[in-house]
Amino acid sequence: MGVFFDEMNGSGDRSGGGTRAPYARLEEWLATMPKELRSLKQAEAEALFRRIGITFAVYGEGGDPDRLIPFDMFPRVFSGAEWARLDRGVKQRAKALNMFLVDVYGRGEIIRAGRVPANLVYQNEAYEKAAVGFVPPKGVYSHIVGIDLVRTGPEEFFVLEDNCRTPSGVSYMLENREIMMRMFPGLFRENRIEPIDSYAEILRRTLASVAPAKCKGDPKVVILTPGHFNSAYYEHSFLADLMGVELVEGQDLFVDGEFVYARTTEGPKRVDVIYRRIDDAFLDPLCFRPDSMLGVPGLMDVYRSGGVSICSAPGAGVADDKAIYTYVPDMIRFYLGEEPILKNVPTWKCAERDDLKYVLDNLGELVVKEVHGSGGYGMLVGPKATKAEIEAFRAQLVADPSNYIAQPTLALSTVPTFVDEGVAPRHVDLRPYCLVGERIELVKGGLTRVALREGSLVVNSSQGGGVKDTWVLAE
Amino acid sequence: MLSRTANNLYWIARYMERADTVARLLDVGSRISLIPSEHGYRSEWDSLLQASGMAEGFTAKYGDPVQRNLESWLFFDRDNPSSVASCLTAARENARIVRTAMTAQVWDALNMAFQELRQLERQERSSLDQSTLTDWVTRQSALVRGAIDANLLRDDGYNFLNLGYYLERADNTARLLDVKYYVLLPRLDFVGSGLDNYQWSTLLRAMGAQRAFHWAYGGEITAGKIADFLILNRQSPRALITCIAGAENHLSRLAKTYGKAGAAQDSVRAMLTELESETVERIFDEGLHEYLSRFIGSVAGLGTVIHEVYLGGEIS
Repeated sequence: MGVFFDEMNGSGDRSGGGTRAPYARLEEWLATMPKELRSLKQAEAEALFRRIGITFAVYGEGGDPDRLIPFDMFPRVFSGAEWARLDRGVKQRAKALNMFLVDVYGRGEIIRAGRVPANLVYQNEAYEKAAVGFVPPKGVYSHIVGIDLVRTGPEEFFVLEDNCRTPSGVSYMLENREIMMRMFPGLFRENRIEPIDSYAEILRRTLASVAPAKCKGDPKVVILTPGHFNSAYYEHSFLADLMGVELVEGQDLFVDGEFVYARTTEGPKRVDVIYRRIDDAFLDPLCFRPDSMLGVPGLMDVYRSGGVSICSAPGAGVADDKAIYTYVPDMIRFYLGEEPILKNVPTWKCAERDDLKYVLDNLGELVVKEVHGSGGYGMLVGPKATKAEIEAFRAQLVADPSNYIAQPTLALSTVPTFVDEGVAPRHVDLRPYCLVGERIELVKGGLTRVALREGSLVVNSSQGGGVKDTWVLAE
Repeated sequence: MLSRTANNLYWIARYMERADTVARLLDVGSRISLIPSEHGYRSEWDSLLQASGMAEGFTAKYGDPVQRNLESWLFFDRDNPSSVASCLTAARENARIVRTAMTAQVWDALNMAFQELRQLERQERSSLDQSTLTDWVTRQSALVRGAIDANLLRDDGYNFLNLGYYLERADNTARLLDVKYYVLLPRLDFVGSGLDNYQWSTLLRAMGAQRAFHWAYGGEITAGKIADFLILNRQSPRALITCIAGAENHLSRLAKTYGKAGAAQDSVRAMLTELESETVERIFDEGLHEYLSRFIGSVAGLGTVIHEVYLGGEIS
């Protein structure tokens, strides 16, 4: 370790490399920015975020429910050519993941062909029996696919994980841009930066394109939220506002006959497409968890009889499971007959004996994650952990090996970031949001998360991560 | 619109108006307690808490009404669901839920009130006197009101917001007026005395209506004039009849928008008709307190009907 690729300066230790082309103008900007202006702008950005109310609550951590995700003003930049490759890679992956979902809830060809083990799919907790034999409109299960990418060199991108259920964070992508444009209009005049504000319109079109067959006329789309105590509530209401659709809770919807209706001040109004931001388990207490107060009783019956579309479709989660992840390159070859454009990170499955042995022997160098975990919880970053932490984790791992996978600690790329002492490199990742409906679309941008602590590789906002505006330069 | 959204809008307005009233109540209490009285100021504060329905909670938590504790209870205390802090927080939380149903300026006003409240909460209490606090609340509620009037779409949501304002104000005016009943109850012979007048004028002052009253009536302040002003005079923005007429207006607009009228419209029209033919003499014959109690009950009843018809989302 120790040598990181810096996206502005090239290799971290060879300072002679010079500024990489996409960052050329930013270097000037940085050099001419007075220090007072910087802190002034940072305060302004924070006030703006607080004023518009973008805050983030972290589950189970207590503390200030109105905490802000730190916003770093130094943008992350991709050249048009760099992005073109990511664009193809992300769309290819989103397409294959959806074909996989239709397959495993149908004939299971990929399993019959021996390319993916049957037990990983059919015994997976995320495999939804209620979805078997059902093909959602346009054959799409996952309508918003968030693909987490990391970079280790000029050409080296790896997929860290796929998010096929309800990836969050897109409101930050959009708001970061708004705030940057408001604070530094000059930067946008000097650099030719691809706009991203069509995201909401494309999302609305994508959702409308998967309206059920029984829907006649203009589909009525709603966003289903668990409610205002949810940490992503701001995002739910933000998207509803941008798309001009209703934001509903489970209690606002009810099933009557073969359709779903919203309770309005004028009486019941039919709903055709539900963009749900709640988990499968809470969708319908009659079908899944009977104790759920968040869902709509009878929803699944209407869904299966084609009275309403649910986005993402129930059961989509089986494709983004960390155990399935390792097979995604095979899926791409199997369904599309293409080589994957984006690589997977090499992964050891602790469920397998040889892999487990390797992982236990090399805990100090690996990142070990729970198969079903998310948000940076329950993971071990070997090189950053103390001896005691490693030994504690070893015990957990031995007790339940199949619950874990391990990956090498990647030398994540860095991007210059404002810190107290000035500007310093900090590690980043990238989440583009791919929209899948009648067409597959990707706006030119994504959410860049940055690990603000020096040397940290964990970018999750629950673990001290921040966000940056992400630019794609027009060619 | 979603019934739940309408419900949130309605409660934003109710909480904002309530915060305003509680701040004014604090003002009335402080002023009344500044003049000597043979009962001591304790009884006056008691009556104030009684009328506002916040007495039990206060006694349970603090016991004796000491000015500083009263300020805490009415302004800062989250254990008191009607305190200014509780109301502003609830209004902002309701607004956060339905941000998409309001303009950025309205949200801004509600959110800024909440953010400033959090700053006040962090300040040294001794640096905040009661009149500063009251003025601050009045200003915040005016800012929200102004943002609503200036740039909110006049759609059904606007009607639900205004229903909230009018119903809460009707209830609150009746309760403020009722404070007088509790204050005076022990000694009926005070009626018409100098002390009595002072208390009435304090009440007017708390409603920001002292000058308006003089413009409208002139001369001596009498119980009869005040009752007329705060109950039956349509020129008075806080009068019960003004509030009920306002509610009637917004319910009619809803009926027109939705193309159907029902129990809510019937109920508000009955209340308005009764108020229109009411006289001060008859109110005093019935007893001011009895009249106001009955009125507060009717407003609550109207609130229930509105909830059943529009806000509860029952299948109709």
